[in-house]
Amino acid sequence: MFRILHQIFRTGIVTEPLAPGEEARVTLTGRRLEEAILRRFRQSLTIRLVDAGSCNACELEIQAVNNPFYDAERFGIHFTASPRFADMLLVTGPVARNMEVALKRTYDAISEPKLVVAIGDCAYDAGAFGPGYATRRSVADVVPVDAFIHGCPPAPSAILAGILKAVGREG
Amino acid sequence: MKKNAMSLRDALIEALGADAAPNAGQYPASVPLFEAPKARFAEAAAVLKAREARLVAEWATDETPFGRGFGVWALYNAGDEYLTVKCGVPYDAPEFPSLTKTYLGAWRFERRMQSLMGVEPAGHPDTRPWIKHEDWPKDAFPLRKSFDGETYLQRVEGDYRWVRAEGEGVYEIPVGPVHAGIIEPGHFRFQAVGEDIINLEERLGYVHKGIEKRFESLSWTDGARLAGRVSGDTTVAHAMGYCQALEAAAGCAAPPRAQWIRALLLERERIANHIGDIGAISNDAAFTFLLYQTAILRERMLRTNKTLFGHRLTMDMVVPGGVAVDVSAGAASAIQDELASVSGEFERLVRICEDNPSLEDRVYGAGTLSAALAKEMGVVGLVARASGQNLDARVQYPTPPYADIIPAVPRLRSGDVHARVWVRVEEVRDSIRIIREILRYLPSGPLVTGCPAPRPGAMGISVVEGWRGEIIWWLQAGPKSEINRAMARDPSMVTWLALEQAIKGNIVPDFPLCNKSFNQSYSGNDL
Repeated sequence: MFRILHQIFRTGIVTEPLAPGEEARVTLTGRRLEEAILRRFRQSLTIRLVDAGSCNACELEIQAVNNPFYDAERFGIHFTASPRFADMLLVTGPVARNMEVALKRTYDAISEPKLVVAIGDCAYDAGAFGPGYATRRSVADVVPVDAFIHGCPPAPSAILAGILKAVGREG
Repeated sequence: MKKNAMSLRDALIEALGADAAPNAGQYPASVPLFEAPKARFAEAAAVLKAREARLVAEWATDETPFGRGFGVWALYNAGDEYLTVKCGVPYDAPEFPSLTKTYLGAWRFERRMQSLMGVEPAGHPDTRPWIKHEDWPKDAFPLRKSFDGETYLQRVEGDYRWVRAEGEGVYEIPVGPVHAGIIEPGHFRFQAVGEDIINLEERLGYVHKGIEKRFESLSWTDGARLAGRVSGDTTVAHAMGYCQALEAAAGCAAPPRAQWIRALLLERERIANHIGDIGAISNDAAFTFLLYQTAILRERMLRTNKTLFGHRLTMDMVVPGGVAVDVSAGAASAIQDELASVSGEFERLVRICEDNPSLEDRVYGAGTLSAALAKEMGVVGLVARASGQNLDARVQYPTPPYADIIPAVPRLRSGDVHARVWVRVEEVRDSIRIIREILRYLPSGPLVTGCPAPRPGAMGISVVEGWRGEIIWWLQAGPKSEINRAMARDPSMVTWLALEQAIKGNIVPDFPLCNKSFNQSYSGNDL
């Protein structure tokens, strides 16, 4: 116990302010929820992630959003297991054929109003995998998307900045 | 070990005589290729099994561009000897003898071959499709040349026959494909009595993207980028595997400095993943403190990667013929400083881990994979080493610098979650040592050499020890020197099967913990 407390004391607080003008490359699709709703999402946003065929690099960087450096919780952002509790659906991957139905069902299970953010180059245009017999051209072919966060994979700071941008909040 | 004194090659020649015909088209020549008649393919497996060989991989090729039918291939290993056996299968009678009676590991390899190439393993006890789910047209065989890989496949009605368990108090828990955390998708179906798991059936394939098919439409150079995305957490190891197989087939070699820098990146990938896993496993045992502490260490390493190499996960650094980045004197000293700090912090965390009785209580004796079963199923990598197997491709199939800097191969016998954590701890320590040695003796010279396309029909093979374990790449050039077939065997393809066995008798709430300690790749399995 003493060692744990000592380590916590040694570590201190490593959380950093989110740099303004972050290099995040985000494409907003122009879909827009009502301002009153977005205002609420800016205070508290619950996210359900669905990996729809990524190579798992995006998952690593989304996990990193919760690490002490980026600490997504300070923006009221947290991840949930149940789509029923979610405000936002985060999607990675080019939508593999075998995940298409599960992705649609998860989207349907999230109650309105909801946002969809697609993460990574392959979620935007199938990226390195290309459209093919087992992949769609884009997540937007399967569910309506509000924002794409580009990168292969995007850095955690870009993911966080992109999520905030999708709800109309700067850093 | 007298009875194994004979090499696999000699044993095969002794048993099959003239029926084992050497084929010199596969490189490097240190991994010989023998063609056997189809009728003796299973016999060859039995002969090699008697020599304690492990079935490393089994795959199929469509060789119609060469005017032949299908090829069915099996790769074996014993000690430091790797050997390939191939049999030809006629196009109009696509059937070959199943190896499942000899090798458990053939189970999923052959289901995959049946599903994606449409070659039937005669005598296979499980004819359900694998990777291809029930809503795929039955006659869609994506890896056949006649199949159009560009067009999205339509859905059909279908049904998957799950393994059933019945009896008083038996119930089922279906989990997935969408899982609770920020992880990849797959389906697990448990049959349980009370809290005790009596059976687990996995169904994977949810992230199948048609990667192997896509290779056939890419140039050799572009292939490296896709190889780096077979499993994002293993990007360096897979890109290395692809490039080494390509270089073998093309008859070129990356310059020494490039090979050493590849190893440096590979060991950094190992450390970052192992440290992350140690935290994540502890988190699944409700010891959250360690998750956040290890996340800090991991993040520091990824930031160093970004600063020095321009990418946090070091994607696309390994290219055909060499590497795309150099390690300057400044970068070397930055890595030394980072390692000193990471190593110090890591040792402090290990000490905390060691004297935490609540963590100990969860990890000892959970998810045990016995040494005998690990061997029988042919598991590889850290999971195999935690179950007493002396397997490490860096030692058995050394490429520079591993002939000079010999990795320690830490092993435990117990095969439980604790052993898998502990093998990771020891490997982090050893990888830090290896990186320090690499930086001390890094040869000078060019970073990349020209890598021509392989000659028509040439085949190349490589073996790389990624952080999960042994990765195999096998490439075959077509009649126009294009990519005719690219086969990737991620460790997950063999080790997922072992998780089903390790979980029996454990309680349902321990599954996430056991699963995390294996931490296999879905994308690497599904391709």
